[in-house]
Amino acid sequence: MARKISFSGAVNEAMKLAMRKDQNVILLGEDVAGGANVDHLQDDEAWGGVMGVTKGLVQEFGRERVLDTPIAEAGYIGAAVTAAATGLRPIAELMFNDFIGSCLDEVMNQAAKLRYMFGGKAKVPVTIRTMHGAGFRAAAQHSQSLYALFTHIPGLKVVVPSTPADAKGLLLTSIFDDDPVIFFEDKTLYNLKGEVEEGFYTIPFGKADIKREGSDLTIVAIGKQVHTALKAADILKTRGVETEVIDPRTLSPLDEETILSSVSKTGRLIVIDEANPRCSAAADISALVADKGFDYLDGPIKLITAPHCPVPFSPALEDLYLPTPEKVLKAAAEIIGDEAIVTA
Amino acid sequence: MTIAKSTSTPITQEKAKWIFQKMHEIRQFEDKVHEIFSKGVLPGFVHLYAGEEAVAVGICAHLDDKDYITSTHRGHGHCIAKGCDLNGMMSEIYGKATGLCNGKGGSMHIADVEKGMLGANGIVGGGFPLAVGAGLTAKLKKSGAVAVCFFGDGANNHGTFHEGINLAAIWKLPVVFVAENNGYAEATPFEYASSCKNIADRAQAYNIPGEVVDGKDVVAVYEAAERAVARARNGEGPTLIECKTYRNYGHFEGDAQTYKSAEEKQKHLQENDAIAKFRHYILSNQLISEQELLNIEQQVTKAVEEAVHFAEKSPFPSAEDLLKDVYVSY
Repeated sequence: MARKISFSGAVNEAMKLAMRKDQNVILLGEDVAGGANVDHLQDDEAWGGVMGVTKGLVQEFGRERVLDTPIAEAGYIGAAVTAAATGLRPIAELMFNDFIGSCLDEVMNQAAKLRYMFGGKAKVPVTIRTMHGAGFRAAAQHSQSLYALFTHIPGLKVVVPSTPADAKGLLLTSIFDDDPVIFFEDKTLYNLKGEVEEGFYTIPFGKADIKREGSDLTIVAIGKQVHTALKAADILKTRGVETEVIDPRTLSPLDEETILSSVSKTGRLIVIDEANPRCSAAADISALVADKGFDYLDGPIKLITAPHCPVPFSPALEDLYLPTPEKVLKAAAEIIGDEAIVTA
Repeated sequence: MTIAKSTSTPITQEKAKWIFQKMHEIRQFEDKVHEIFSKGVLPGFVHLYAGEEAVAVGICAHLDDKDYITSTHRGHGHCIAKGCDLNGMMSEIYGKATGLCNGKGGSMHIADVEKGMLGANGIVGGGFPLAVGAGLTAKLKKSGAVAVCFFGDGANNHGTFHEGINLAAIWKLPVVFVAENNGYAEATPFEYASSCKNIADRAQAYNIPGEVVDGKDVVAVYEAAERAVARARNGEGPTLIECKTYRNYGHFEGDAQTYKSAEEKQKHLQENDAIAKFRHYILSNQLISEQELLNIEQQVTKAVEEAVHFAEKSPFPSAEDLLKDVYVSY
């Protein structure tokens, strides 16, 4: 039965179900329990992560399976990699994806490559959960969306959910997948509520979700930007444009077929990605369509991304940095060749 | 800190035989790789372990297949000491399909997970967190296994040294950190690059035992490892052992070693050879007859020749192997 819960509640529920199902699932990261060794914090007063996403897990599963780590990402992310290679199924929390600089080797050179370098004789079933996203007034070192960095690396799988229901199903798939998965959680989506089925379910990787069907324009949007796309689609409908909104959900693997098939129907493509534009997922998806779907296109592909600059702190600037429905309308007007789409 | 020497109680005949054979396997294997590399037969580059045999063998003498090791770019010796197949190893170094990693890893990434050998590693300092992870599995699964992290003096200045040892110490994980201090990180002397006199001195900062061992004395290494492995298996946490050693060849094959003096090389290679010293130890304690030692040496020579033959006649991987094993499923 479905009920409305938050994105963070859905992530929490997925971890709880996974840990109940399999003793080998452990959780480690900075303050994922909170207050390790503080005697009076064995109950629900323990933090459960800086955003409370892992709250209640230590209560149910104990401190042997919910491990607070030192602030030493290379140490514990690296440990999670071989804990996975030697028989556990760890969920490691990298608090902010911006901290990857402290442990990129462990992800890029160890987790991603062990299986290939060892001729297929190892598997690394580790899930690295990490927060991303701008709009939280957290500035340049706590707001990036670095999924393209990981999508570039063979051996990793990359998941960027946009709704509570997708977050739960995709996280359960991630945890029980036998390859290393980087699971992105947009911090500004944590309070978003949505219908989520109770109990255990999974959502396959490499299967995009068509969040809205339409015949005139395809928008591929990543993570939180799916909601920007849906808002824009509502407005576009009032101006006579039927928009199809595609959420890839996983960037690696990428569901090329659903994207190409949508563009073959609409002839027009906008990609919304709040990450920086160079070598981005948006650039990658537009290259895919230019390469394999050029004949379908009736006009240029438009990318709506952040500019090539760090995430600024000031709300006045950060609001300029992010994609908006207005920017989408402007791009749609350009492709369709109808100024009235913006001004109507 | 004093350098631990071996005690006067001799080791068992059975252990002595195993140790002697493994040390010979490493030496002859590496001398052979040196020889064939110079002919230009091998792809890429290799870092040879010859000269440091006492460390890998003295430590691994206390391990079995359920125990784990993490290794370094200089990993052939660790592989052999952990029981990896010589044919599969040589084939891997040749880049052949019959290699331990099907030719996908090569010398610097040689691994055999079933033997608990979690891989040589192309990243200096890469092994610390990896050994901690294997130790975490051992502790949570209560398997009784121990994880050994071999690392060089170059790695002891890397940030992962600190993060890894600290984590193993606070979680009391069954990990043994084994420094192979051969005096040089590539061409940079240990004394220049490290602010400590001994790597083992750094153990104090993590509140764990640290000891310096003569890494050319396999019995001393064996005895230090016995203490550290027992401590790990008893749930008392990690130990840091520093073995003072020396490599017979350059950092990589083709290194002219201009940073080493002729006197220094003479001293270590001629007068302080670990295998010659252990041979003398065996004979003076009458553990194994000279004839039997000669037999072992000859068997090893034959096995290494066979490994080269096996590698040379093996096929290279085929085109479809290029995209195989990137993922379990994709």
